[in-house]
Amino acid sequence: MSPESQHLEEKIGAADRLNFAEAGRLWDLDLLTLGRWADAVRQRLHPEPRVTYVVDRNINYTNICVSGCRFCAFYRPPGHPEGYVLDRPALEAKLLELKAHRGSGVLLQGGLNPGLTLTYYEELLSYIRSFGLAVHGFSPPEINFLARQFSLPLADLLRRLMAAGLSSIPGGGAEILADRVRREISPRKGSSLEWLTVMAAAHHLGLKTSATMMFGHLETRAERLEHLFKIRDLQDRTGGFTAFIPWAYQPGGTALGGEAAGAVEYLRTLAVSRLVLDNVPHLQVSWVTQGPKIAQVALSFGADDFGSTMLEENVVAATGVGFRLDRTEIETLIREAGYEPRGRDHRYGLV
Amino acid sequence: MEASFRFQDHALEPIREKVAAGVRLCREDGVVLFASADLLGLGYLADLVRRRRHGRRAFYIYNQHINYSNICVNGCKFCAFGRKAGDPGAYEMSLEEILARVRDRLHEPITEIHIVGGCHPSLPFSFYLEMLAGIKRLRPRVHLQAFTCVEVAHLADLAGLTVADTLQALKEAGLGSLPGGGAEVFSPRVRQALCPTKLGPDGWLEVAKTAHRLGLNTNATMLYGHMETAAERVDHLLQLRAAQDDTGGFLAFIPLAFHPQNTGLSDLRGPSAIDDLKTLAVSRLILDNIPHIKAFWVMLGPKLAQLSLCFGVDDVDGTVMEERITHMAGAQTPQGLSRKQLRALIEEAGCRPVERDTLYAMVAA
Repeated sequence: MSPESQHLEEKIGAADRLNFAEAGRLWDLDLLTLGRWADAVRQRLHPEPRVTYVVDRNINYTNICVSGCRFCAFYRPPGHPEGYVLDRPALEAKLLELKAHRGSGVLLQGGLNPGLTLTYYEELLSYIRSFGLAVHGFSPPEINFLARQFSLPLADLLRRLMAAGLSSIPGGGAEILADRVRREISPRKGSSLEWLTVMAAAHHLGLKTSATMMFGHLETRAERLEHLFKIRDLQDRTGGFTAFIPWAYQPGGTALGGEAAGAVEYLRTLAVSRLVLDNVPHLQVSWVTQGPKIAQVALSFGADDFGSTMLEENVVAATGVGFRLDRTEIETLIREAGYEPRGRDHRYGLV
Repeated sequence: MEASFRFQDHALEPIREKVAAGVRLCREDGVVLFASADLLGLGYLADLVRRRRHGRRAFYIYNQHINYSNICVNGCKFCAFGRKAGDPGAYEMSLEEILARVRDRLHEPITEIHIVGGCHPSLPFSFYLEMLAGIKRLRPRVHLQAFTCVEVAHLADLAGLTVADTLQALKEAGLGSLPGGGAEVFSPRVRQALCPTKLGPDGWLEVAKTAHRLGLNTNATMLYGHMETAAERVDHLLQLRAAQDDTGGFLAFIPLAFHPQNTGLSDLRGPSAIDDLKTLAVSRLILDNIPHIKAFWVMLGPKLAQLSLCFGVDDVDGTVMEERITHMAGAQTPQGLSRKQLRALIEEAGCRPVERDTLYAMVAA
């Protein structure tokens, strides 16, 4: 054993925070040791032998988007014949289906669509709330876009959305919080600082949010760490992040192309995330990109949450990757891994 | 960066000592390993053995699969592939069809053709000899890995020959080695329930050992994740280990994950990913005398096959391109992987890809 790994292991064992250089050395560990360390932290944070998941559904209210990110296969530019905005009957059918599944909330996300009014968004929120469903909605790029579109300060916009029914914010659109990468893959989506500023504003208003990271494209491993450290720093100030969700870029149908990261790189990134983000409570597996088998194994690599039932998923599915899991299947996968499955809501309260 | 590994399951400590000292594991050790919930601990132990044997090398092969017929007299409950003659979905390729499949891919650098089918009730022995000889005429340098022990015993019956004479005739026609299928689980209890008419464990091992004595290497398999117990898995591995002590002819062991869809056991779920990794790791630990442990990606999926390289596996099979047996049982995996995909998958797992031929000699890729 090298003195360096011993030093790292001691720090992790003592719940002592890793600095950037120390975190960088984690990539040099073998996969199983890295997983074992991450699992030890997970057991310390979540000693109860359970894994949570949420019964919700994705609703992508529009695919029309002016952002034009190169890694995205879901969006259509304004004027494109395949662009859509969900109408009320379609929305109602989706909400009724979720109610039939005893769902607790909706993950509501869409493109940056310049054709919609603030009233549209407010009515969308209150309509969903009228079904007794919570809304986990609008990733930071959407919030930023709306603030600009309707000339409102961030806090004012967020207050209006909260008043209309928004209950928490999903951590999408973070991609990699390193501006070199963002300039290349999503130049119109806003800087890292803008993403973090939305989250800070939301946290200050009492909105809980998650955070994601889309890795495995143009970024270096150091840039993944930069991402993790930005999340950790903001969490120190606000404490508003509930969970972190790393997921692997899927190249099918995108302008960016290339190859997807494999299972080993996914598990390494997941474990490093658990070890660096000592102040973010939950770490979620990405069964949508990894499939049920790797998602199950990921519960030994630091993850304590199985994500959501989704019912439908459109963004990753647009790349041709199409895993589907229902509640029974999720519960079985969790039990096979030796944990008790427990339902939760979008704020990670048990239901 | 070297780090010490800490077990969550302390029952693994004495096994670590045995593994470190190169002491053979016993039946009780096998039962303890299968009972352990310490997945990463099992992987760590298996990886010690794997690295001692193979370093960072991980093998793959440029191969072609041909499943010449699914018509079979056996009717095993775990099988979605076999059909009785005349049933819907039954098929048999003519000699010409088989040769056309080979001819279609002559431009590719295929080093092995893997041929497996059912126990066909009426095709004459000459059909099999002509199949092998015909392929060899088209592709003289290719290695033919063909016919499970079950098929070989069936052909011997059809031809009225001893197993040794049957294998000798097949060898003269071009057979290079046997793929090792049809072993299922050796437990008499399981076989009585699932495949009572199939060639039994003694017969299977006798065919394999006879092949070895004739200079034909074979692989060995175990179909797991249906109704067998952990102890029955361990016993299966121990029987293979004993046979290998006798002859030394097994090249690789390939645990085959049961796929329930479209089988007589479709109410079962099939093994979990955790069970898949565990079984591969325990196999590596018990089978101290079989050189290679192979993860068949068609059954496990490319992602889990990649991960298994950290759990004792040193071989991910090959390019495949057309596989029917597992896909008829509902496998959602692709039909083939390119050489580039296989190499990338191996490299990302921290291993060094080595293209091999059937006998594990390196091929310049």
